[in-house]
Amino acid sequence: MSALLEVENLVRHFVVRRSPLGKPTATVKAVDGVSFTVAAGETLALVGESGCGKTTVSRLVLRLIEPSRGSVRFDGQDVLALDAEALRRFRRQAQLVFQDPYGSLNPRMTVGEILAEPLALHTRLSSAKRALRVAELLDTVGLPAAAARRYPHEFSGGQRQRVAIARALAVEPKLVICDEPVSALDVSIRSQILNLLRELQRDLGLAYIFISHDLAVVKHIADRVAVMNLGQIVETAPAEQLFAQPRHPYSHALISAIPLPNPAARRDRMVLQGDLPSALAPPPGCRFHTRCPHVIERCRTQVPALIDDAGHVTACHRWRELPPPAVTTAGSAPSPALERLMAAFTKVSDVEPASGVDKVVTS
Amino acid sequence: MPTLLEISDLRVNFLGDAGRVTRAVDGVSLGVARGRTLGVVGESGSGKSVTFLAVMGLLPKRTANVTGHIRFDGRDLLALPDHALRDLRGDRLAMIFQEPMTSLNPSLTIGEQIIEVFVRHRGLSREKARRAAIEMLRRVRIPSPEQRVDDYPHRLSGGMRQRAMIAIALACSPQLIIADEPTTALDVTIQAQILDLLRDLKAASDAAIVLITHDLGVIAEVADDVAVMYAGEVVEQAPVAALFVAPEHPYTVGLLGSLPRLDQKADQLAVIDGMVPDMSAPPPGCRFAPRCPFADDRCRAAPPPVVQISATHWSRCFKTPLARLVA
Repeated sequence: MSALLEVENLVRHFVVRRSPLGKPTATVKAVDGVSFTVAAGETLALVGESGCGKTTVSRLVLRLIEPSRGSVRFDGQDVLALDAEALRRFRRQAQLVFQDPYGSLNPRMTVGEILAEPLALHTRLSSAKRALRVAELLDTVGLPAAAARRYPHEFSGGQRQRVAIARALAVEPKLVICDEPVSALDVSIRSQILNLLRELQRDLGLAYIFISHDLAVVKHIADRVAVMNLGQIVETAPAEQLFAQPRHPYSHALISAIPLPNPAARRDRMVLQGDLPSALAPPPGCRFHTRCPHVIERCRTQVPALIDDAGHVTACHRWRELPPPAVTTAGSAPSPALERLMAAFTKVSDVEPASGVDKVVTS
Repeated sequence: MPTLLEISDLRVNFLGDAGRVTRAVDGVSLGVARGRTLGVVGESGSGKSVTFLAVMGLLPKRTANVTGHIRFDGRDLLALPDHALRDLRGDRLAMIFQEPMTSLNPSLTIGEQIIEVFVRHRGLSREKARRAAIEMLRRVRIPSPEQRVDDYPHRLSGGMRQRAMIAIALACSPQLIIADEPTTALDVTIQAQILDLLRDLKAASDAAIVLITHDLGVIAEVADDVAVMYAGEVVEQAPVAALFVAPEHPYTVGLLGSLPRLDQKADQLAVIDGMVPDMSAPPPGCRFAPRCPFADDRCRAAPPPVVQISATHWSRCFKTPLARLVA
């Protein structure tokens, strides 16, 4: 199967300081040689700490920021060679959902107007047909049709995120980039949105690039995961494999740092010492070597190449010799009684999806 | 263990426009003993932060009406005059906030902000206070504290700022430390460092810690006891192991089910339908009833009783023990 999106050796440097004559004197290599693919209907997660470049990658793919170098191919088309008109057509197929549902919806437009706008831009639907499509979209994301006449401030965070998702879906994209879509939401609302994203993927065959720092969420939603550190991908693997047996020490550190909601869980913990190095002057050799407990001389000088081992790609000099970490010893499963109690909360939305959504605030 | 902090029947009403009264905290009773960590968990608007801002006496007097009792080491904090409370705060009572950037003073060096505590509460000379400040920075594992002491907050990374804030809070070896979402703004790798630090500091003293968070994972790692708050009330309290293995309030069950987990596989996450009730007009019966899959007419009619499951575990629910619902 050929990939829907192929990103190769993507680079973006930002100039952060210039001399009085305008010569760049300091550059951040925000994205420094990133390659990955996304197949149709697949979810690829990009994970890493703040400042690792994961958000910049998503902007580069959509050409919201122009890459310095590299290639982006979507459906066989060279995205970086598109003219303005072709770029607009491309963006109809690749949409973006932002983290902050409070900041990403225009407060002066009703939800109906927000959803109709991309339709007016990208399609030739009559206004009556647009209204029908808006109602359909609201239904798809589990909001009542009456929501179209309301303004964003009348909704809760979870409902706004549903609106943002509906807006992304309006033009029937093939790829949706979700940039921390649930990070601003409370736990109970977060699960509603995660369930919704999965249902939409199943029903509409969407591909997702899912950007998140929350690895528990990523494990739940992703098919494959790419781990980024300081502008580079250090490991890409199927989600199951990555979480069961990460090969890069950085991936292991990220996974083992997540607090498990299970007081009985015992695991092989790896707490990194020190801070993230500055992206202005990334360390030579392997960029993780300043924080890596397994560092040897070679790591300080020689840049490790990404080695593909049956779909599990790792950039580490030592992954073959390091003992595989036992990341999580599966904590005891919930008792059958607790399992059944929890199931009572899932059933509601399974049986009647229309009533399974939160009610519109009317205050 | 003697109880260090005892909150009983605490109520906080916020007075809004047009006589609107929001019952942010509505009859909360909680206790923390020396050497214990109480985790307080709940979603936005559950009243968890407001409860402990009331303990610190940091709520605005004009708009917040606070009643009930807050006993700290035998004294009722709500009855104390302002100057006495100021003597306690930063000395025997300390608070760590979520946003280290906004809660540190950007125009003072971090050293200055720790020195201030020693001068105010211990009456140290500036020179001695400075040496003590460097020592504090070392204790919270800030590298090269002799240089860092003269840095302004913006020069530090998020994790370092949070350490600096912890250093300020711990300066006078407080007996009670209230940490409100201390790691929420940090990356997981840095969060792990800060949680380790809190654990070590606790082991080194017999201070009581109240850890306010929405993250059940953080609770599981650090807390001894847990109080679950919903809509201004504590709905369940239990030792940490019992809460995760056998939760007795439906809200706790829903929260646990809605977590995507690293250690277990779930195809469909639990969903708690609906929203937190409007606390200016809370529902007459159980506040969780409108969102509870087990609720019946009785739940909607009158507030549920507190049901004791063991000496240390109780739940505010008609249906407790929940096991009979699925038997």
